[in-house]
Amino acid sequence: MEFGVVELSRLQFAMTAMYHFLFVPLTLGLSIIVAIMETVYVMTERPIWRQMTKFWGTLFGINFVLGVATGITMEFQFGMNWSYYSHYVGDIFGAPLAIEGLMAFFLEATFVGLFFFGWDKLSRVAHLIVAWLVAIGSNFSALWILIANGWMQNPVGAEFNPMTMRMEMTSFYEVLFNTVAQAKFVHTVSAGYVTASVFVLGVSAWYLLKGRHTELARRSIAVAASFGLMAALSVVVLGDESGYTTTHDQKMKLAAMEGMWETEPAPASFTLFGFPDQEARETKYAIHIPWVMGLIGTRSLDTVIPGIAELVEQSEERIRSGMIAYDALMMIRADRGEVAQDVRDRFETHSEDLGYALLLKRYVDDPREATDQQIAQAAEDTVPTVWPLFWAFRVMVGLGFSFIAVMAYFFYMASFKRMRFPRWSLYLGVAIIPTPWIAAELGWFVAEFGRQPWTVDGVLPTALSVSHLSVGDLLITLAGFVTFYSILFIVEMGLMLKYIRKGPFQDVEETDRWIARHEHRLRTHDGNVPGAVPAE
Amino acid sequence: MILHDLISFELLRVIWWLLLGVLLIGFALTDGFDMGVGALLPFVAKTDNERRVVINTVGPVWEGNQVWFILGGGAIFAAWPPLYAVSFSGFYLAMFAVLAALILRPVGFKYRSKRESAAWRSGWDWALFVGGAVPALIFGVAVGNVLQGVPFHLTEDLMPMYDGTFYWKFLGLLNPFAILAGLVSFGMLLMHGAAWLTVKTEGVIAERARSIGAIMGLIAMAGFALAGIWLAFGMDGYAIVGPVVADGPSNPLYSEVSRASSWLAAYGARPWIAIAPAFGFLGMAMAIRGLRSGGEVSTLLWSKLGIFGVISTVGLTMFPFILPSSVDPKSSLTVWDASSSHLTLFVMLVVTVIFMPIILLYTAWVYKVLWGKVTENDVTTNGDSVY
Repeated sequence: MEFGVVELSRLQFAMTAMYHFLFVPLTLGLSIIVAIMETVYVMTERPIWRQMTKFWGTLFGINFVLGVATGITMEFQFGMNWSYYSHYVGDIFGAPLAIEGLMAFFLEATFVGLFFFGWDKLSRVAHLIVAWLVAIGSNFSALWILIANGWMQNPVGAEFNPMTMRMEMTSFYEVLFNTVAQAKFVHTVSAGYVTASVFVLGVSAWYLLKGRHTELARRSIAVAASFGLMAALSVVVLGDESGYTTTHDQKMKLAAMEGMWETEPAPASFTLFGFPDQEARETKYAIHIPWVMGLIGTRSLDTVIPGIAELVEQSEERIRSGMIAYDALMMIRADRGEVAQDVRDRFETHSEDLGYALLLKRYVDDPREATDQQIAQAAEDTVPTVWPLFWAFRVMVGLGFSFIAVMAYFFYMASFKRMRFPRWSLYLGVAIIPTPWIAAELGWFVAEFGRQPWTVDGVLPTALSVSHLSVGDLLITLAGFVTFYSILFIVEMGLMLKYIRKGPFQDVEETDRWIARHEHRLRTHDGNVPGAVPAE
Repeated sequence: MILHDLISFELLRVIWWLLLGVLLIGFALTDGFDMGVGALLPFVAKTDNERRVVINTVGPVWEGNQVWFILGGGAIFAAWPPLYAVSFSGFYLAMFAVLAALILRPVGFKYRSKRESAAWRSGWDWALFVGGAVPALIFGVAVGNVLQGVPFHLTEDLMPMYDGTFYWKFLGLLNPFAILAGLVSFGMLLMHGAAWLTVKTEGVIAERARSIGAIMGLIAMAGFALAGIWLAFGMDGYAIVGPVVADGPSNPLYSEVSRASSWLAAYGARPWIAIAPAFGFLGMAMAIRGLRSGGEVSTLLWSKLGIFGVISTVGLTMFPFILPSSVDPKSSLTVWDASSSHLTLFVMLVVTVIFMPIILLYTAWVYKVLWGKVTENDVTTNGDSVY
């Protein structure tokens, strides 16, 4: 691949976005886990739960700050590197980003300071409310970001305005209740909950292996396993919902993910394993499971899922239709709208395919002058590279199912086996800490790489979306981000490990006060005087 | 939806121009003192405990304050997409410098006191200095360039293009007038940071903040006056030629713009806008006086008035221009041709009207909870829960 401005811009966006998403899922889930722990504390007044809240809260804070810091890049990068995109769809895409700030990020960021600094300044209940507001704010943030991203996948509620040369919103309601966005939102936050659950479970398992902070670790596992099991189930179910909406709205992405080169009679089979070969348009050594793809993708036995070859033919038709729209657009623009009604009608009829004509801009300045060969080439371009999608998707799904198994096991052991975790299971708990991050990053890769060659599906090609920058500009910022982000990553990991090693801060005075207050009840319950937190 | 016809396109554009100002001013008033405090940190605080006191004056609130910046970006994207597209890619490398500095800041606040090492802490102190000083300077430099016009043009497809590429994205921005504007914003935000420190600290830190803050205030005030003289005698402004179509489609190429007049012609046409620079001077002068004479909350309020006046001056002087083009005036972005669609502006207004008051309410509550001075005792006894 030749590295021009488009490729470098994509690389930079992918890097900064995936880096940002190292911190986001943990924020989404840990904010809720911490709030749950604090709720238990406020209800039971047991100091151990306050300790847990503070301990996991500290780790939350170390992670949160990098999510915030790297989010700054995301908010401005569209304008910096994707200026034609920003002009072309800003009328729709900008709104959810701004609403995210107003409705969610302000809430989260204003109260997170109070969460850390307000322990002595607020009543217990007020502090608990603050903790929940942080969690709600974080999760609402995800909602609006995914409404924005969902629109890129399935651009509803908008149409092209020839006078302003951009897409404009026609229905905010449709943008808001975009089915793709809704499914993606629940899928993504659930993935965040799984990530945080695996993290809490893994760190706690490490404490149990070391025989340290066992009271905190056991209780933390109980919370993480129940919350994590629910989330792992939800992530797979909503992942399936995402797949279902993809069948309707992004047929090419689905076909590429599944390596479906030709249209099969319904219900299509699912390719469990194989090596997709883009040139030969076949998947080698494929293992097929009959019916499954048709059932997952269409939830019916008789709906056909189109294969890649058929979709390329459709793309070619849409490119030709788009050329008619482009021609009409040029006439409308030349006359500033004072154009004959038949030209206007022609534009209206074909405007949905205008984006497809723009695919030709890679090969020819004026799409109207494209040759048949260029048209065929542009149609071919609508197929993303299949093998990375095929594999990324399978690894993600495999991990998703294994999270259900792991969480179910720990939930069972915590609930019915008095938390007597065998050592192998604790080692497993520690070992799987990185896996939810891998699954989450692969998920984004499938969503974004699978949409290529578009930034907004069927509307605006990626190659046209960039800013007027030089390769030199991009190399400077790319090198800057790589260096800067690597240093921050090392610093962050160092602090995380330091604070995990250090363990929770045990407030002895508070614990003693609590024991004194509850001694009577505890004695009658157990028959002897217990410690709320056994000495370590 | 027909609901959005309730408010005319023209009025919505003016409202969103005002809201753009509200966001920029909100950012300067809140995150402005965070940046000022960051830039002042190495100079007003010498020992580790002193520095922790200074950091903890903004520790609990910087995150919320910074959202004004993020929201500013989002709102420009939503309400003025061409402005978002042209300015951030045009100022590409300068924006990168701002982002890098602003990323250092949160990390610095949070991580600085998490290790004991003196080298670690001093490294982050300077990172916080950069995180405050660099954006404070560059924001002013950007405004200085906007007043002169930025070398971009729009193609027929409305794709923004720049002339002189690399040079213009960084070094070219550093021309004399822009540096003067940079000094104004730098001085102003450091003055504001110093005013904040007089409210939140006591003793030697507050004393140092007072003396540095007063000097910074004087620099800002002198720079502001000088910039006014420069605009009157040394620089052309921009004007729309022919009839103004205030509710037309957002296509900058549909209007003609000329370079003949001076920016200050606006004060002849709308004399009442002179109140903005008057507020600027009054606020800064009173803030300087307060810094010298020992005022606390009143100093901070005067400083706020000064910042409000300075930023409003820029907006009102340029109206209806938002981003003029120096190489192709026709491409200039104005209030009348660079906004979102009627529907988007309306939807965003409804959301803002609902949420902005709620935001202001809970922000005020948080400041109230955190009210009071931060002392060395606070940072030494609350080991784990403060920065």
